[in-house]
Amino acid sequence: MSTLASRNLGVRIAGIQVVSKLDLAIRPGEFWGLLGPNGIGKTTLLKCMAGLHEAAAGEVLLESRNIAELPRRLLARHIGMLQQHTVYVFDSSVLQTALTGRHPHLGYWEREGPRDFELADAALRAVDLDGFGERSVTGLSGGEARRLAFATLLVQAPEIMLLDEPTNHLDLRHQVRMMGMIRKRCTEGASGALAALHDINLAARYCSHVVMLFGNGDWCAGPTLDMLSESSLERLYRCPVERLESAHGPRFHPVSR
Amino acid sequence: MMPTAQRRLLFLLLALLSAASVLAAAAIGSVSLGWDQWWSALTGPESEFGELVWRLRLPRAAAAWTVGALLSLSGCLMQVLLRNPLADPYILGVSGGASFAALCGMSAGVAAALSPALAWAGALLSILIVFSLARGEGPWSGTRLLLTGVVTASGWAALISLLLTLGPDGSLRGMLFWLIGDLSYAHLPWWALFILIAIFIICFGMARSLNVLAMGETTARLLGEPTRKLLWAVYLLASVLTATAVSIAGNIGFVGLIVPHLMRLLVGSDHRVLLPASAMFGGLFLVFSDTLARTVLAPRQLPVGVVTALLGVPLFLLLLNRARVKQ
Repeated sequence: MSTLASRNLGVRIAGIQVVSKLDLAIRPGEFWGLLGPNGIGKTTLLKCMAGLHEAAAGEVLLESRNIAELPRRLLARHIGMLQQHTVYVFDSSVLQTALTGRHPHLGYWEREGPRDFELADAALRAVDLDGFGERSVTGLSGGEARRLAFATLLVQAPEIMLLDEPTNHLDLRHQVRMMGMIRKRCTEGASGALAALHDINLAARYCSHVVMLFGNGDWCAGPTLDMLSESSLERLYRCPVERLESAHGPRFHPVSR
Repeated sequence: MMPTAQRRLLFLLLALLSAASVLAAAAIGSVSLGWDQWWSALTGPESEFGELVWRLRLPRAAAAWTVGALLSLSGCLMQVLLRNPLADPYILGVSGGASFAALCGMSAGVAAALSPALAWAGALLSILIVFSLARGEGPWSGTRLLLTGVVTASGWAALISLLLTLGPDGSLRGMLFWLIGDLSYAHLPWWALFILIAIFIICFGMARSLNVLAMGETTARLLGEPTRKLLWAVYLLASVLTATAVSIAGNIGFVGLIVPHLMRLLVGSDHRVLLPASAMFGGLFLVFSDTLARTVLAPRQLPVGVVTALLGVPLFLLLLNRARVKQ
């Protein structure tokens, strides 16, 4: 059980202040949604939390240890990230790609054992890719490639999952399934998650907490239902938003005036 | 993925074919040996043809195998390093530096025996130039390495052309053979075999890391690889492999580019299979090519680089076409 936290974190990229003085803690059981308009720095913040982007100020802590000082291999056993795009230059099979999730768990000369194959098979089944094992990754559709990338993350089984627009390219059924799986992993206590999302309603339905990036380093964070309101979303997206009540809680729609 | 039994069978087959190719190369040539002569020569270095087989043909075939394996392994590494299927062992200028130094020696009339040492020195110089210019501060940049290497290679190419233009006519032919790649004077130096085996073991150990690296630098980091260190290690290993090959046989083209691709088509992209398969196939491909090079127009000898391309191009196009049909 690990908590990934930022303390007084400042993140900058290309002259843009993504956040300043961010204090955020992703505890086991929490599923955080990361909301903000295009180009505001959601990906950069995720990369910073994964140790891929250097913090301009403050630090990111994994169980009170600064991640900049931890070896990558150790980090990879605790923190995993689903990137926004996956490009395959060299061909490979679906199963072989899913198995790369075991890479940080295996030693230098070690080969994948039966247990690793079981994990990979289970993950492929979970994302509806059973029977795809021997298919080539370059022949997958956008949505299938997305689900394979998520399956690889499941095989890696980190305690903290960082997800950059996980539902991109997915059809309705797979959007709901993926969000459900992430939430299930969180609430069963195994993981914490932080997902950049553009669909407010997926965030409203699945995320326990939300952090919003307004630009110029401004941010706010808290439990989902406290954070999502017509006024906060209008400020966030600079677009009028209407709140509707549904049986499953509030839903938000853009309105054109 | 390839099942274990199938993988072992493939390795065994390639190892047997490698050994067979070297032994067969010992029998074939301007003096063709029958079975009996071949066998008595192999078993008795003192016999009638023992000298021919043990002093000339076997060392040359062993050198060909080693160079083929060095180049193919280097090609595999360069393609992962640059994440570019067009990368080959020569792309980053290692061979340019080696050739320039060796050709300088030739035009100055330095003994041919010193060519490998000169080539090694030139390769090392080129590696150091590219390494120090491309390294810089900040994160790894494959593009910067590629551009630095390609531009350095062009620089060497210009210097080589200059040397060919200004050099004495008497040495031109030797220079040309070196540039095309030639095994006529090659004897297997044991250190080359040692370098091949040592680097192969290191690379085979990091084969899983190479698999991850082939998926991109960011992905590799997220899966626990300290990519900056790993990538520079791959660059240095690949460069040493290339330098060793070039110092023995000059710029044999095509092997390092095509063999990794051929093997990917046949065995897939898992480096635990790809690296040994490429090394062994590269070796036996070059033994085969070299045997053709010295027999096809006998008693004239062709530079082996010509044969590798003439054989490799149709073979590769055929396999590529078949792979496409299968998909």
